[in-house]
Amino acid sequence: MMPPVSQRCLPRLLVVLAIVILPHARNLPLWIPAFALGMMLWRLGVARRGWRMPGMLIRGGLAAMAFAAVLATFGSINGQTPGAALLVLMAALKLTETRTLRDYTILAFLGYFLLGTHFLFDQSIPMILFLLVCGVLITAVLVDINHPDGSLSTRTSLRTGAILIAQALPLMLVLFVLFPRIPGPLWGLPSDSGANAVTGLGENMSPGDISQLSRSDEVAFRVRFDGPVPPRHQRYWRGPVLWTFDGRTWEPGFRSGSLQAGTLTDAEQTVRYEVTLEAHRHHWMLALDMPVSTPPDARMTPNRQLVARKPIRERMLYSVESALDYKLDPALEGWPRRLALRLPVEGNERTRELAARWRNEETDDRALVDRALRMFREQPFVYTLRPPLLGENSVDQFLFSTRRGFCEHYASAFAVLMRAAGVPARVVAGYQGGEMNDNGQYMIVRQSDAHAWAEVWLEGAGWTRIDPTAAVAPDRVEVGLGAALPAGEPVPFLARRTGSVIEAMRLRWDSINAQWNYWVLAYGPELQRSVLSRIGLPDWRSMILALTGLITLILASLGAWLLWQSRSAATVDDARRIWNRATRRLSRLGLAPLPHEGPRDYCERAARQSPDLALRLRALVDAYVAVRYADSAELDRLREAERNLRRR
Amino acid sequence: MAVSALRGMLHPLRSINARIERWVLARVRRLPGPVAIRRQRIYILPTRQGTVFAVMTFALLLGSMNYSNSLGFALTFLLAGLGLVTMHHTHGNLVNLQVAARGSVPVFAGETLRFSVGLINPSRRDRHVITLTLQQGDWGDHWADVPAESEVTTGLDVKTTRRGRVPAPRFAVSSRFPLGLFYAWTWIELDQSGIAYPSPAGITLPDALDGDEGAETMASQPGSDDFAGVRDYHRGDSLSSIHWKVSARSGELVVKQFAQARSNEIVLNFDRLTDPDPERRLSQLARWVLDAAERGLSWSLVLPDQQIPADTGAEHCARCLTALALFAPTRT
Repeated sequence: MMPPVSQRCLPRLLVVLAIVILPHARNLPLWIPAFALGMMLWRLGVARRGWRMPGMLIRGGLAAMAFAAVLATFGSINGQTPGAALLVLMAALKLTETRTLRDYTILAFLGYFLLGTHFLFDQSIPMILFLLVCGVLITAVLVDINHPDGSLSTRTSLRTGAILIAQALPLMLVLFVLFPRIPGPLWGLPSDSGANAVTGLGENMSPGDISQLSRSDEVAFRVRFDGPVPPRHQRYWRGPVLWTFDGRTWEPGFRSGSLQAGTLTDAEQTVRYEVTLEAHRHHWMLALDMPVSTPPDARMTPNRQLVARKPIRERMLYSVESALDYKLDPALEGWPRRLALRLPVEGNERTRELAARWRNEETDDRALVDRALRMFREQPFVYTLRPPLLGENSVDQFLFSTRRGFCEHYASAFAVLMRAAGVPARVVAGYQGGEMNDNGQYMIVRQSDAHAWAEVWLEGAGWTRIDPTAAVAPDRVEVGLGAALPAGEPVPFLARRTGSVIEAMRLRWDSINAQWNYWVLAYGPELQRSVLSRIGLPDWRSMILALTGLITLILASLGAWLLWQSRSAATVDDARRIWNRATRRLSRLGLAPLPHEGPRDYCERAARQSPDLALRLRALVDAYVAVRYADSAELDRLREAERNLRRR
Repeated sequence: MAVSALRGMLHPLRSINARIERWVLARVRRLPGPVAIRRQRIYILPTRQGTVFAVMTFALLLGSMNYSNSLGFALTFLLAGLGLVTMHHTHGNLVNLQVAARGSVPVFAGETLRFSVGLINPSRRDRHVITLTLQQGDWGDHWADVPAESEVTTGLDVKTTRRGRVPAPRFAVSSRFPLGLFYAWTWIELDQSGIAYPSPAGITLPDALDGDEGAETMASQPGSDDFAGVRDYHRGDSLSSIHWKVSARSGELVVKQFAQARSNEIVLNFDRLTDPDPERRLSQLARWVLDAAERGLSWSLVLPDQQIPADTGAEHCARCLTALALFAPTRT
């Protein structure tokens, strides 16, 4: 029978559980942490006010209700969010039947487990601090409840918890680096796995989508170039390619799984680079216009867009090669051509009229393109993050009345104009630009770099990238978003590129984050193998050997340290032993102590009797008296004096 | 047979435990006075909570592998490290602790005898929750925190059944501190014994005594009765002390009183008791010793092999009871 636990442990346990659950307020519907808090208060009421513990019936009812509520909220109990929700609720319900040591222990263990669920949502650097702090707190609670009357002071239990965690840290590091990692997943990931609240390009594009995205400083991906970095105006990061337009939204149009990748000829000026893409839960990957290689676990669409085989739920690292100079699809025939010319049956009549007029005046498709760009450049179009809302004939409205828009408006209007004039066109969404981080030797591309442009198909040149935004606001492409927008626009802080201290600090922080992502979060089977072979552990056997060896070493030193700490502190006895040894020796020389003599008197007498020992005898007695009455640290001096005495 | 074999299979840990225990117990020696707990004599096994902890850590490992979650791995490995570290701490909580017999207070057979046990911590590290139990693995009521360089006395309760010398049993000094994941213990057998007095039984000490029942006044030799008078009968007075002649005349019961009785000196004699069972005689004598002490009488005790001269007081009482406890009747 497990003994009951002192009531004094309860408040501490509740506080620690609350701290552990708290960050879930970001990930879970608020009623769940609120419910947990309610149960905690109830339990406290039981302890403090003598309320009654809920009976079996109420407990069972509450459990069933919690289960049903999770099912109703998420539609499933499978998945990381419902799973975390259930775990929080279970811990809260367990509170209502905590009496014995066993119950308390299980709750503390649940605390450790709950700690683990946070990392499904957030693995940033501050979380490792949270992990350590909560580790110490939960361990301190365990220490507390394992003390039968709960009389340990908060300080003692916290100190013990901190010592235990601190001593576990070296083991954690060794295990983290050397424990053999195997490629996951073991049983498949639930559909909602991955970071929460991700921002990023969608699969479609409606007016306002990208301008919304542009307000965010969040990192979209990071790039490490092998060799020189292409100039800014060539850094178009190709994302979803959009074919169909319904009057408002651009969509990919067809899923081109079986089709071959678009034909690329005259590919020149290739660059190699490594992309660390943040999770966004879609399939698309990013590559510089125009990718020529396909990373593993990805495929190339007919649009020459890189697409992952699975939705990207975790940060993804891939390397790819692009050609900055290329010709894509020298021929465009059949239904792709028809698709590239299709417009909604009606709407945007004025745009169609304008396009028809231009068509009559120009014979060459290139001239048509130039004419459209000239219109954007010469007429009073404004590049803004805050365009007016557009109604039914959005393109008409934009081109002829509001004339204020963001890149998606320009790309969309341009593509519609081209299609109406009989030039095959499509929209490409992605990112444009990116800035070098001086600390990390890599490039950061943020959500504020999100961009949309158009591609038109021209005879002899194939699909050609046209960025109408560049016609309106050339700075967008040459310098960046902050420079292209008029002052007062809600540009994210980092896009302004002010060169301030804060900006430098944030770049520094980003560089640390990049290292963290690269070395810690991405530490999996491949990285482990490459790191370990670099430090001379090329295979499994040597890895396991090093792992067990290091763990044994750490534990042995810990054991030795604890033994050393447990040794008798009886230095006074040591002093007496040394003193006795000295007097035995002196007795043999005929200088035995008399029963009534204290050490000092004895030594004075002995010194008188044999003056050649006088100095050494005084040193001995001084050290002995010092150890006995003042300072046990003088023991070494006593030892030394005794040794001297033995010398002839 | 088959059932126990099956049980052994179902609880491999238990059968291993039993085997370890046999091995360990063969190595326990009965030692007097402070026994230092040596490193080599400390045994350690995970508790049930420890097993649950290990299972949980393994589940976290599987989860981290499934999600390729680096911080999940960090937590898993931190907990694994914590488990290993706490094993050393639980072990270190016992190392170099000294255990010493600190005596016991005699009790009557059937009562619980408490052996006082001193836990001496000669080191500079506090020891927490050191538990003494008779059975390995028990939770036990007797535990103590032993601060650095100090001694704390705790106890060990033994239920007595018979009078006599009670040897201190072998006991386990154990610890689950700090996290309760491991149980470390060592067996100690201190050369120490306690005494269980015969449990008092039989009739209370009569006010007036004749030798028939083993209790007699000093002067109650035949023919030397010095009749002093009569007094009213009280319940409990022996029938033989009733002065029948006077009672018949007055119509009220009166009892004889003798002058020597006032000297309050009585003899309690084992051989004069009539009960054939020596244990019952000892119980009767114990009763009377207690009664005599309570009434402030002076008494002497006569056993076949021993005589304790007349005296009064608690110390004398304890001496007599000890003699009764240790009395070994010679078989004839």
